[in-house]
Formats: sequence, C-alpha cells, structure tokens
Amino acid sequence: MASNPTANPAAPGRDLKAAFKEAGFAAFVTLGLCIPIIAWGTRQNMDNVLVLDPRWDAVAWAVGIVFVGRFLMTLRKQGQHEGKAAVRILPHGTIAFFQRHSRVFSLFGLGFLVTFPAIAIGLAGWGGALKWIDNFGIQILIYVMLGWGLNIVVGLAGLLDLGYVAFYAVGAYSYALLAKNFGLSFWLLLPLAGILAAFWGMLLGFPVLRLRGDYLAIVTLAFGEIIRLVLINWTEFSNGYAGISGIPRPTFFGIPFTAADNGFAAVFGLEFSPLYRTIFLYYLILCLALLTAFVTLRLRRLPVGRAWEALREDEIACRSLGINTTNTKLTAFSIGAMFGGFAGAFFSARQGFISPESFVFMESAVILAIVVLGGMGSLWGCAIAAIAMIGGTELLRELEWMKQIFGNDFDPTKYRMLIFGFAMVVIMIWKPRGLISTREPTAFLKEKKKISADMVQEGHG
Amino acid sequence: MEVFLQQLINGLTLGSIYGLIAIGYTMVFGIIGMVNFAHGDIFMLSAFIALIFFMLVTAVLGTSAGMVMLALVIVLGLAMFFTSLWNWTIERVAYRPLRGSFRLAPLISAIGMSIFLMNFVQVVQGPRNKSIPPLLNKSITLIESTTYSVQISYKQIVIILTTAVLLAAFWYIVQKTPLGRAQRACEQDRKMAALLGIDVDRTISITFIMGAALAAVAGVMYLVLYGVVNFSDGFVPGVKAFTAAVLGGIGSLPGAVIGGLLIGLIEVMWSAYFTIDYKDVAAFCILAIVLVFMPSGLLGRPEVEKV
Repeated sequence: MASNPTANPAAPGRDLKAAFKEAGFAAFVTLGLCIPIIAWGTRQNMDNVLVLDPRWDAVAWAVGIVFVGRFLMTLRKQGQHEGKAAVRILPHGTIAFFQRHSRVFSLFGLGFLVTFPAIAIGLAGWGGALKWIDNFGIQILIYVMLGWGLNIVVGLAGLLDLGYVAFYAVGAYSYALLAKNFGLSFWLLLPLAGILAAFWGMLLGFPVLRLRGDYLAIVTLAFGEIIRLVLINWTEFSNGYAGISGIPRPTFFGIPFTAADNGFAAVFGLEFSPLYRTIFLYYLILCLALLTAFVTLRLRRLPVGRAWEALREDEIACRSLGINTTNTKLTAFSIGAMFGGFAGAFFSARQGFISPESFVFMESAVILAIVVLGGMGSLWGCAIAAIAMIGGTELLRELEWMKQIFGNDFDPTKYRMLIFGFAMVVIMIWKPRGLISTREPTAFLKEKKKISADMVQEGHG
Repeated sequence: MEVFLQQLINGLTLGSIYGLIAIGYTMVFGIIGMVNFAHGDIFMLSAFIALIFFMLVTAVLGTSAGMVMLALVIVLGLAMFFTSLWNWTIERVAYRPLRGSFRLAPLISAIGMSIFLMNFVQVVQGPRNKSIPPLLNKSITLIESTTYSVQISYKQIVIILTTAVLLAAFWYIVQKTPLGRAQRACEQDRKMAALLGIDVDRTISITFIMGAALAAVAGVMYLVLYGVVNFSDGFVPGVKAFTAAVLGGIGSLPGAVIGGLLIGLIEVMWSAYFTIDYKDVAAFCILAIVLVFMPSGLLGRPEVEKV
C-alpha cells in the first residue's frame, strides 16, 4: 500500500481552499437536513402530550463529522487527480488469484465450516459457544442458503424477485402446521415443504412470465406482501399475528434432544447440554446450504442451467434460438422457491415459533441485497456478502464496550438496520456489480476466455 | 346511496394523497427509468418534518382555528423545502454515481436508502406513534337524512382543495415553462436532450426536488387527516402510490393522479362494502393484475421492445 495517498498528506498541489469550500457546502447541506428531524426530538410526556426536546449538540456533531469527512475525501480525490493510483483495498489481481485457486479455497472454507463448532467450543468454552454457533454460524448459514436459493432466480436466470421471503414463509408454515397438527416428522416434512414452496413458486411464476425488470420486481413484491397479509388475517389457518408456537423440534433420526432417558445425551452416554441440539442444527443447515450450492453448480452444467444464463443475457435472442422461455422461467422460479422452502422449514424447526413478523418485506430486501452485493451469479460472492452483512449486524450486538464511551443509553442494536441500509448504498456505489464482479459464463463456443460481468451486462459478451 | 356518497368523499381525500405521492414515482421513472423505492419513506419523513414544524409554529401562534390554518400554510412551505433538500441530497449521494451503471444497481441503492431512512427516523424520533391533537374537526353536512347524513369535514375540503391547486400549479410548470420542457425532453431521449444543450443532471435533480415537494404536500395532508405518524408509515402508502402510478400508466402525470384517486376510491369502497382486513391485499392484487394484464396502464404509452 505504498501508493496510498493518505499516507503522505503533505503532497504538493493540494487545493486546500477548494476542499474547504466543498466541505463547507456539504456541512451546510447537512445542517439543512438535520434541522427538522434531528434538532428536535419528539417525546410523549407524562400527560401523553407530544413535546419537543431540542438536540442541537447532535446536529453539531453531524455537521462536524460531515465537514471533516468531506474535507478529507476531497483532499484524497485531489491526490488521485495527480496521477496517483487509487486506493485499493485488495491488491490488483486478488480476485483473479482467488478464482484460479477456488478449489483450494473451497476446500479450506469447507474445512473451516465443518470444524467451526469445535473451534467455537475450544475458544469460547461450552457456555460461550452456544451463542457463537447459534447467532453467527446458523444465522449466517440460513442467509447464505437463502442467498444461494435466490441466486438461482436472480443471478442465473436474471429474474428480479423481491418477494422471495414468501417461499421462505410457505416452507416455514408448511412445516409448522403439518408437524403440529399431524405430527409428521421433520425428515418427511423437509422435502414436502420444499415441494410445496416449489409449487407456489410455479403458481406465482405463471402470471409474471410476461413481465421483466422493475415490473417483475414490483409484482413479486406484491405477491410476497399478499402472502404475509393473508397469514396475518386468516387467523383460523395461521393464528394471525400471534403466530404458531410449540413447533416440534427436529430429532436426531428419531432421538430427541431432551434431558429425558431416551434423549440424545442419555442414549450416547453424554452429559446433557443444550449445545448438542445447536450443533446438530448447525450441521443440518450446513448440509442444506451445501446441497443448494451443489445443485446450483450441477444445474449450471445442464441444458436448463445454460438456458437460464442465456435468458439472463438476452431474452429475445434466447427465444429466437428456440428456447422455451416459459419453461425456463418457471423452473428457475420453482427451484429457487424450493430452496427457500427448505430454509423455511429449517427456520421454523430451529425457532420453534413463527409469526408473520419474520416474513416482512425487509427480509426479501436483505436476501436480494446479499445476492446483488455479492455479485450476481457468484456463489462465493453471496457467501461473503452474507457473512459481511449478517455477521456484521450480529456483531453489533456484541458492542457492549461502546456503552462505556457513549453512556448507558447507547444501544448499538438500534443502529443495526440503519447501518445495513447505509452499507447497501455504499457498497453499490463502491462496486456497482457486487463484491465479486467477474462472472464466468459456463458455456463457450470456441475458446475459454475470462469475461467481466460489466461486458456481459452491457451486451459485449 | 348516502353511504356511497360519503365513501366517495373519503375515497377522494385518500386518493388525493396517493396521487401526490404517485407523481414522484411516475416522474422519476419517466426520466431515469428507475423505481425510486425510497419515495414512500421520503413521504414518511416529510410527515415527521411537518409534525415537528407544526408543533414549533403552533407554540408561537397558538391553536385557534385561524392560526391553525396559517400554521398549516407555513408548515407546508417548510416541509416542502426541507423534504426537497433531503431528496436532492439522496439523489446526489445514492443515485447519481450509479447513473449509467447496470440496471439493478440504482434499484438496490434505492432499497438501501429506503431501509436507511426508515431506521434513521426510528433512531432519531423513536419507534412509537407520534400524534398531534386533531385539527379542523368541524364538518359540513351535505345531505341530511334520518338514517345517515353525508358529511364533508373541513380537513377533507382543505386536502382536496390544496391538492387540486398544487396539481394545477405543477401542471403549469411541466407544460408551459422551459424547465418543464427540458424535463419532457429528457424523458423522451436523454442523450439527444444533452446534445441540444440541456443540463441533464440538473433536470434530474429538479425532478427529484419536485417529486419530494409533492410528497411533502402529501405528508402534511396525511398528518392533517390522521394526526398520527410512525416511522414505518412510508412503506404501504408508498406501494399503493406506486400501484396508482402503474395503474394510470407510469410516466404519465395525469395518469398518476387518476390512478391515485382510483386506488383511494377502491380502498375506501372495499373497506366499506367488504372486509377491512383485506384492504391492503386488494391494493396489492390490483397492482399485480394491472401489471400483468395491462402493463402500460390507463394513459401510458405501450412499451416498444427494441432489439
């Protein structure tokens, strides 16, 4: 990082006055933005009447931060105009290097995932490991799996789906209702939930076949919301807002994870610990996620996978070459939905309680963000984006030490989604094509050449 | 019949608000071909801005009927200005760098911005409902009947009149001024407009400012009508306004207003004659049906697919 311009701030030719002006303007705009919404906080007083609390100190902080930030940014930009290389977070060619050795890294990553519970127990002890495996391991893997499932629809087939959470909900409610009312086992219901979700995927896929781009996105959003609203309002079916509790937990091939005599710990002669179930769930979701990845990789080699990629690149060309776009779109929708259904069944089995609150539009947006931020079509990108976005926001829960700086009222989890939304915008501006933006078409006519996603998107592929 | 008339008035009031928001969607879509996902949250933000200014202004002016009207006019101006500033900044920061990038990038950025705005308001103003005492409570009885009397309240009159006046002013700007001409030129062909000396970036900025100003009007009217705002109030009206824009034909300004009025009427009639539980489902269903069966809407131009 020798070429980092911030490392030698005394470089000649900096126009401090211009930077000052620029920063002053930004600060002035910030002041304007802050005046109504930050400068006065609204609060219900004891008589339940709204009163205003002036908060000019917060405004001063915001303006100051923007001023300094903008000043430094302008200075940095000026440095770049003098012909210096831009600051690169990764040295040039890192991504190509990773791609060349992706097999090695995949094996390494897989090894880490398989041994993760052991590492967590080793580092955090039996008591502390539960949190790490549950909040980080399982939570991230659910989103990795959802990301990979949606990746089939968005990344491979190029159909923008903003209602993916509907299929997650279908899977979750299928498992919850069938397991609770009919006592069917998790292992029977897991494929069934997937099939039901796939069926719904096809059902919702039919009407939207003619749409593309933003319109498709909005209609899928509408479908997602309709399913959620029906779950809220049809109380006889889904118990409405209250949700479904007491959903049977999955068993280890018939052996429950309880402290009873026939429980997992007793059967294997171990001391009872709730950790066993968590570890089991961790491996379960790991297997499901890997299954998704494996199926995606294999499908890309099949005619249907190639048809998806062709559809993504150019629908008209695709149709004129005799590909049945109806079938192609429907398979993408239903296979993507199927994995959403698997994840949903797992989710309700893990939580033991589900309600429509878990399936709001925000979830769809988060999953889509993971796919797009990761670089559409890239499995690695999805995984990295899921770790960064979900792991990052989960890490905020751990920031207890910040209370010592900002006082006891400071609650970092409040800022979770705020930072999430902000990060989405920043990553999009920094890398509009996602973190891993080179995408390798699976099929080539003559020679195998690397082609960047930029070119493909703009039609040069 | 009386019930129908009453619902007609209620529907037009609600529809005016949707129409005002819908214009923001339709203009932005027309000019840069992007669904401005954060527009619903801009509306919500404007309602909060209006709430705060309303409290500040009435603290000075008092709360007698005449003063409340004066306060509303002042609040309307302030809310329009500050909301426009927000939308201008958002366009500058989150959308402009992505212009000319691939199709999904601005949409994702807008979704991120929507999440950001919603949580920003939640953090700075708290998650609870914020309510002001009811305003302009009096009403005029139009039809007196023993069983059911049709009434139009002062606030409904204010909302419908303000909307009509502002829409007329807005219509004049778009149709008759050089600014509006530049906007329509950019809508038809951005490259050609740039070649002919129109500052495209500036025109797009102004489009965002105008959209936000109208959303702010909607925000003030929403506050007058319901008296309650919450940080999550942007999403559903946003989607409904988008539905209105699509129903009227996206890109068409009169279409957005007609679509808004229709959506408002349908929602109110649905609640009156069927079940109130499923009124949002009805709106979403209309959205899906319109997009699937008549994607160009009522007044839109059919999209020609170029190869």
